[in-house]
Amino acid sequence: MNNDEEKILLSHGNGGRMMHNLIENLFLRHFTNPVLAEQSDAAILSMGTHDIAFTTDSFVIDPLFFPGGNIGKLAVCGTVNDLAVSGADPRYLSVSFIIEEGFPMTDLEQIVVSLAAEAAKAGVVIVTGDTKVVNKGKCDKLFINTAGVGSVKDKNKLIRKAAEICPGDLILINGTIGDHGMAVMAARESFKFKTTVTSDCASLNHLIGEVLDQSHGVKFMRDPTRGGVATVLNELAAKTSLGIEIEELSLPMHKGVTAMCELLGFDPLHIANEGKVLIVAAQEEGPRILEIMKKNSLGANSAIIGRVTGDHPGKVVLKTETGGKRIIDTLTGDPLPRIC
Amino acid sequence: MKLPITVINRSAVQYIDEYRKKDLILALSAELKKISSKEITLMEVCGGHTMAIHRFGLLSLLPANIRLLSGPGCPVCVSSQHFLDTAIAYSKIPGTIITTYGDLIRVPGSNGSLEKEKANGHDIRIIYSTLEAVDLARENPDKKIVFLGIGFETTAPATAASIVEAAKAGLNNFFVLSAHKVMPPVMKALVEEGVKIDGFIAPGHVSAITGTEIYNDLAMKYGLGVVVAGFEPVDLMQAILMLVRQFESGRPAVEVQYQRVVQGGGNKIARELLSRVFEPKDDRWRGLGMIPLSGLKIRDEFAEFDAERHFNIHVPESSEPKGCICGSILRGLKTPADCGLFASRCTPADPVGACMVSGEGTCATYYKYRS
Repeated sequence: MNNDEEKILLSHGNGGRMMHNLIENLFLRHFTNPVLAEQSDAAILSMGTHDIAFTTDSFVIDPLFFPGGNIGKLAVCGTVNDLAVSGADPRYLSVSFIIEEGFPMTDLEQIVVSLAAEAAKAGVVIVTGDTKVVNKGKCDKLFINTAGVGSVKDKNKLIRKAAEICPGDLILINGTIGDHGMAVMAARESFKFKTTVTSDCASLNHLIGEVLDQSHGVKFMRDPTRGGVATVLNELAAKTSLGIEIEELSLPMHKGVTAMCELLGFDPLHIANEGKVLIVAAQEEGPRILEIMKKNSLGANSAIIGRVTGDHPGKVVLKTETGGKRIIDTLTGDPLPRIC
Repeated sequence: MKLPITVINRSAVQYIDEYRKKDLILALSAELKKISSKEITLMEVCGGHTMAIHRFGLLSLLPANIRLLSGPGCPVCVSSQHFLDTAIAYSKIPGTIITTYGDLIRVPGSNGSLEKEKANGHDIRIIYSTLEAVDLARENPDKKIVFLGIGFETTAPATAASIVEAAKAGLNNFFVLSAHKVMPPVMKALVEEGVKIDGFIAPGHVSAITGTEIYNDLAMKYGLGVVVAGFEPVDLMQAILMLVRQFESGRPAVEVQYQRVVQGGGNKIARELLSRVFEPKDDRWRGLGMIPLSGLKIRDEFAEFDAERHFNIHVPESSEPKGCICGSILRGLKTPADCGLFASRCTPADPVGACMVSGEGTCATYYKYRS
């Protein structure tokens, strides 16, 4: 084995800059086609008279069970949300399991029960799947892949392109940020402290559907998963060549998440969410969309957190609670806790 | 048109929100502008302070005659390249598990980093508490567990506790590679070297362990003010005000701003643990060289837990990366803006020098909060 040769590091999979580079420089280079080049959360495909949305996601979370959910629930929410933020109505899912030899059957059953329950809640049907068992030590307990298809109404087809965003548009989110990442981190064995933080893991298709049915003001949506709110907003700023301004005091935060981030030295804007959607809305529609979101239980803490601006193109700027301004960057490595 | 931005009525996080109140910060800023008449240079020693100053934009709130220098108080940044090369060499010994605080994993050694060695299949684990490393040793009697001990008086007691715990449990497979350092010698070395400093903003959590008498020399012998400060914007603004008051009145002293945490004598249990396990030694600082009695060595009584005495591996001394000015930055002589590599060849994603790696390194802070 040549130790100097370039190898995959964990940072290549964290949703930050290194993963972005891997996708650009390897995957897109070899798989090039116009659909993939859009790099949206789901591909929109023309099938004769209808358009469908298609997406896939793999789940390798450790630990498998965490406050607020488990890998099964997550495997549904992740794929459902990728379809929903692309303007689609999620309909059918596939589920594939890669299971390590010796994995407890009761755990698997519990995970499958959650998966089925979340699918029912989201109104999607699991129509196909696959099962593989690998030798002990060849995978970490259990990995799940889901793929999903959904239908897309003509009027929602262009949302994923973010083409109509202009200065003045408002940025909304449906509640507190950083809950999932911090809940999972606190659930890891190595953390000996207790928190009340639970994962926000939830299927957002109903909430998003209500917004799209009642307002025409949505210009873009994305779920801020790995890499957090900061990464989504930076991608958006780069894509549109516009600036984004966020108000720190408007960011909904769970007290426990704030405390954990302070303790470990993390920026909550870089922490993963699994039940959140960032919506860019036309200025005049923003307040109405906020009201629609608040009526759904998954949007009770919704807030307008910032706006699109013609200033500082390509950059995301946070107006701090103490009155300063700072640039919010994409996550570069895995978030690492500080030493002292 | 006024933007309909939602302002959330967040429930206050105790001990944080009180110290981030805008009106208090602005009042302290106004007072500073009123009383500060002379040119004054203060060094914030701790990387946590550097970060808070930039994160909260405090520089813009200070009058022009107050200059802040960033000091050598980021543990990752001052750990020598030789230390890292040694850790990487240990990771390649079959049957060894390296345990480390997360910050260290991406620091470039002279060839590679721990992150890259991990990808090469070596067993390197990030831990949050030294006792996790002791547990690993207990659970894996056929493996050798090495903990990479870095940091100042703040983290060293936890390392000492792990060694005492391993001794109590009778473990013979737990080792510490110590690069632990202490603060006062490096502060004195900077002053003796001639770096122009009129006062120190001293690290709050060091004094939480050591108390404040460690700085008496700086005030008495060198006539410098030292104010032990907390890490929130109000703490820092108040500490600066205290230092300016001392300076303007010509009465340097050791004072504590961070009174909610720091008690005069520090933490007696932690101090006793420290001196039971460690003794002072001359130590190498990245970019600063050898500083007498600035490091902590494991005492002979606990020699069996000292990785350097257990593993008989010679790692050659290495040179600092070309073009990197981390040394001058750690001395407060230069800022990242003076470095030809800053933000071009040296970025947080692909760091050249140590000051870019740690989230609390001066270069990483400048990069993150650049405008």
